Amino acid sequence: MTTGSSSVTPQAAEGDRMQKLSASARERTALKRNGIIDRIFELGTRSSALLVLVLLGTITGSLVIAGWPALQQLGLSFFTGDRWAANVENFGALPAIYGTLVTSLIAIAIAVPVSLGIAIFLTELCPPKLRRTIGTMVELLAGVPSIIYGMWGMEVLAPFLQSHFPSVFPAGTGLTTAGLILAIMIIPFITAVTRDVMNTVPSIMRESAYGLGCTTWEVVRHVIFPSVKAGMLGGVILGLGRALGETMAVTFVIGNNLFLNATVTGQGTSIAALIANQFSEADGLQRSALLLLGLVLFLITFAVLALARFMLNRINQRAPS
Amino acid sequence: MIKQVAAAFIATSLAATASAATITGAGATFPYPVYSQWADGYQDETGNGLNYQAIGSGGGIQQITAGTVTFGASDAPMTPEELKKNNLVQWPQIMGGVVPVVHVEGVEDGALRLDGQTLADIYRGEITTWNDDAISQLNPDVDLPDTRITPVYRAEGSGTNFLFTHYLAQVSSDFKNEIGEGKSVAWPAGVGAKANAGVASQVNGINGAIGYVESAYAEQNDLNVAQMKNQAGNFVTAGSDTFQAAAANADWQNADGMYLVLTNQPGDQSWPIVGASFILMHTEVDDAKAAGDALAFFDWAFENGDDMATELNYIPMPDGVVNMIKKDVWSQIKDSSGKAVWQQ
Repeated sequence: MTTGSSSVTPQAAEGDRMQKLSASARERTALKRNGIIDRIFELGTRSSALLVLVLLGTITGSLVIAGWPALQQLGLSFFTGDRWAANVENFGALPAIYGTLVTSLIAIAIAVPVSLGIAIFLTELCPPKLRRTIGTMVELLAGVPSIIYGMWGMEVLAPFLQSHFPSVFPAGTGLTTAGLILAIMIIPFITAVTRDVMNTVPSIMRESAYGLGCTTWEVVRHVIFPSVKAGMLGGVILGLGRALGETMAVTFVIGNNLFLNATVTGQGTSIAALIANQFSEADGLQRSALLLLGLVLFLITFAVLALARFMLNRINQRAPS
Repeated sequence: MIKQVAAAFIATSLAATASAATITGAGATFPYPVYSQWADGYQDETGNGLNYQAIGSGGGIQQITAGTVTFGASDAPMTPEELKKNNLVQWPQIMGGVVPVVHVEGVEDGALRLDGQTLADIYRGEITTWNDDAISQLNPDVDLPDTRITPVYRAEGSGTNFLFTHYLAQVSSDFKNEIGEGKSVAWPAGVGAKANAGVASQVNGINGAIGYVESAYAEQNDLNVAQMKNQAGNFVTAGSDTFQAAAANADWQNADGMYLVLTNQPGDQSWPIVGASFILMHTEVDDAKAAGDALAFFDWAFENGDDMATELNYIPMPDGVVNMIKKDVWSQIKDSSGKAVWQQ
């Protein structure tokens, strides 16, 4: 296929090309129509992408506007206050922020090694027959609605912890209980992502390593692990994002204490749980403070995602593949 | 055929909208069971329906202030100043009792005795074990274990919270200063559960727990209700007779704007934590017919609803108070021409 010389106009060049392709009039209109469809398609996808930006901007904007009165009235005390007492208009976000971070960290600390174990077993050690069954079950676990985890946590896990470890969990509920529930909720996410990226490692690399006399552990540690690090981190962040914002399951088992207790096993609250409990009855300053709290959760999640992106970039730069 | 059915349907529905009215209201969840019972009975008798949204006391106040409903309902009364500012009147429609429930293995049902000060100290996190001296002194006959106390409270804003904290703030100045009263307070110790039912189930599940619920929930869940020392110094058992006693001693006559919380009432047999649920209406109404319909419903409930209320463990308002409400409160509700909506 040749194009027209630089002296002819693009339209002429196009007509020239058509002629050379010996396209009939019908074919030409079809080509033109396809061009229009392509254009519409491009516009459609672009506006869908823009819609995300607009939504994000609107949500942030309305949270800022709604939370502004509280920020103005409470100032820095909103971030440093150690209790959330609506009756005396004392709104300190510290207990909720502390609870959100602690429960999510507990969840990650438990879920990451367990998910890694499941993924390694499924990709490296599991007999092929079992692989499918266990894999499907892990994925099913991801589909269980969070309210079910909440009810299970309240009816089964909390009483179990209370009766077996009464000195650590006098009431069964608390930050650790919430962290445990969150860990169970995010394990399927991290496992699924980790397993998928592990499966992408070419089997020739594995086999070569085994051929050199490596043990399974050495293969996993030195061959598979380095090439899937970035993908795994993505799975962990996905899980962390879910843990930070999880509402119903946490509300059931966290204990809903609005004082800052610097414990890990005691009762506390999280941002999402506090909003869920109080928003429907709130008005005035309390309502504004709760919306400001929503903005804080938004920013925390945003910061976590930004950090993840930063780490991903660094990993990619260090090991260009 | 279809056309005929459709025409008949439209005709009847038009007729229905013409004759039957729907009264709209929103607010407290605590009286919702009895209000819906009343609404059923009232609709059977008169054809007029009630659309009551149990969205919580705070929401009820918001909606009536904004004028989107004919009446609002709240477990916590508005102060006379708030009423005046928003051109509202309020009256108590129904009463109920809040009871402390405990779960201590080895302590029999109804055996435990508590007083307000001790209850306040438990909820302040000052008394942490069941064999604490303060509790033992009140219960010389009960063998108390050294189980840890887990206070259970309402996590969300609620009228029950308001009544309970209002009582504790009255009997304990430490409680008043540290925690204060309100629908939504920060508790220093224990576990927060959602709604009466949530508190009941937590107390059921935790050995060493103490909680507070509307008396109906204690009965439904078979919980161990503690005795309370009342203002007269007697230990009383929760029940309709002691609730009635507290209600009977309430001095509605001298309550400005009917602002009265029935906690810590005088009287030998009075249960200390009793509260009324209030109805709020505008003093000057735009839609006099809707207001009249609402008042007719409440009048019907006062006259015919007592049995339904007692069945559900609520306490009906005494006749003297009902007459006073009609004479002094309902007379303030006027249409735009200044004529009273309620004509006896």
